[in-house]
Amino acid sequence: MLTLDRVGKTYPNGVHALDGITLDVAPGEIVAIVGGSGCGKSTLLRAISGLDTPSQGRVLLDGEAVTQPHEKIGMIFQEPRLLPWLTVAGNVGFGLEHRPRRERDERVADALARVGLTDKAKVWPRELSGGQAQRVAIARALVPRPEVLLLDEPFSALDAFTRVDLQDHLLTLWADLKPTLVLVTHDVDEAIVLADRVMVMRPRPGRIFEEIVDDLPRPRDRQSAAFDFIKRRVLAALDRSLAKPATIDDTQTKSSEGAALWW
Amino acid sequence: MTATAEPAQAEQKQRKSGFGRFARPAIGILLPLVLAVSWEMAVRTGWSNGRLVPPPSVIYATFAELAKTGELQRHALATLARVMAGFGLGVMSGTLLGALTGYSTTMFRLLDPTLQALRAIPSIAWIPLFILWLGIFETSKVVLIAVGVFFPVYLGVTGAVRSVDRKIVEVGRVFRLSGFAMVRRILLPAVLPTYVIALRSGLGLGWMFVVAAEFMGASEGLGFLLVDGQQLGKPAQIVAAIVAFAVIGKLTDWILVGITAPFLRWEDRYNAAAVED
Repeated sequence: MLTLDRVGKTYPNGVHALDGITLDVAPGEIVAIVGGSGCGKSTLLRAISGLDTPSQGRVLLDGEAVTQPHEKIGMIFQEPRLLPWLTVAGNVGFGLEHRPRRERDERVADALARVGLTDKAKVWPRELSGGQAQRVAIARALVPRPEVLLLDEPFSALDAFTRVDLQDHLLTLWADLKPTLVLVTHDVDEAIVLADRVMVMRPRPGRIFEEIVDDLPRPRDRQSAAFDFIKRRVLAALDRSLAKPATIDDTQTKSSEGAALWW
Repeated sequence: MTATAEPAQAEQKQRKSGFGRFARPAIGILLPLVLAVSWEMAVRTGWSNGRLVPPPSVIYATFAELAKTGELQRHALATLARVMAGFGLGVMSGTLLGALTGYSTTMFRLLDPTLQALRAIPSIAWIPLFILWLGIFETSKVVLIAVGVFFPVYLGVTGAVRSVDRKIVEVGRVFRLSGFAMVRRILLPAVLPTYVIALRSGLGLGWMFVVAAEFMGASEGLGFLLVDGQQLGKPAQIVAAIVAFAVIGKLTDWILVGITAPFLRWEDRYNAAAVED
């Protein structure tokens, strides 16, 4: 169980990025965090990962405080961030250095097979396309079998087709190990396809503004009316989070203005 | 998303083979060849007497003579041994301190000002002190060379480590690397391309300092051949020693590049083909 207990972050230069974020994420749950740019989503994720420490409150994993990167918490960044001097297999096995070679090789081969890149094991990262590189990054994060996987706008740099493909892929991988996923995104569709709960944040300082439960059955149909319904709720919440007059009626209007305005 | 640019790249790699493989490096030898031949002609035709600047044929004769008596090998090996010892020492200390100051800001603040101040001293100025401290024999020479090698290596490593991409370092942090593991698995590989350049300039300085070291008193070494040639009025011997420096210096640099190249195959760089030739 991942617990955020009144997490706040004030940077040394006085910027108040996060304020009193309290959130419980059950094991295996997928939580998406959406919000306008500069609302502190990435700061929140960095605080959970232990890369940054919160200035107020605590992050707890199974009751244990997270103050620095934790072995049960993995992270996938917006960019693949592969190490260019390691082959694809070397990158995937990066977190398994301390394991015996046999086990490492097996787990790397297994992970590469899962992301469909077995034939790329020996190539350098520079030879991969953007989508392939991000799949390697996903494999690298999953190979140590983390309990919690944090994703910071993981697919935002990819084209729409690749993005949808990777979202489905991520769900397949998630179904195997069922780690807790905390996903930061500015793509509302992505949040709704993936998440069990969508947290809408509001900026200055970053707070949780609204929680929308997304209990559509999986696999989710992006074209269904139910999907659209939740999407409109999220967009309306985003609109309100920016303290604009609501341009979308939660249940009726079909306007997509919110999508154009909120970010 | 599965389509990539590699087939095109592989094709290009295959194309540069056969003639081009040998012709391209050969271009580099054209200029020295033309200069040597023209000088030889100038002396043969009597346009210059070639006494102070001996023509290639005389230099070659001197070379052959020195090689026949085994003197050339003895002197070259003595010099090479000094350079290697000094280079090894300089690289080790430069890498160690560079990595330390690059990794830890505290260490950087503590050590870098002193090291920069020491760097400002012309290294030749150490010679009298080194002789007093370490004697006239090998130790003082090796240490002087090590000092020359140390600074480019130290500067290269500390600067490169400090400018490693934060994003890559964060990957290391997510995998809970710190201290030595962070240096070994993230920082050093990331700075390797810069490191090789630092090693090469260090090696160049090593060759420079070995001459200074051998000038201060040596009974063997290419530097000794230089001094000996000057004192006995043998310009051909001086030029032969200089040529030996050029050849061995270039050779060691080439070996260094050759040894490190396999570690840099991952580089995604501009004009990679031109360097790999």
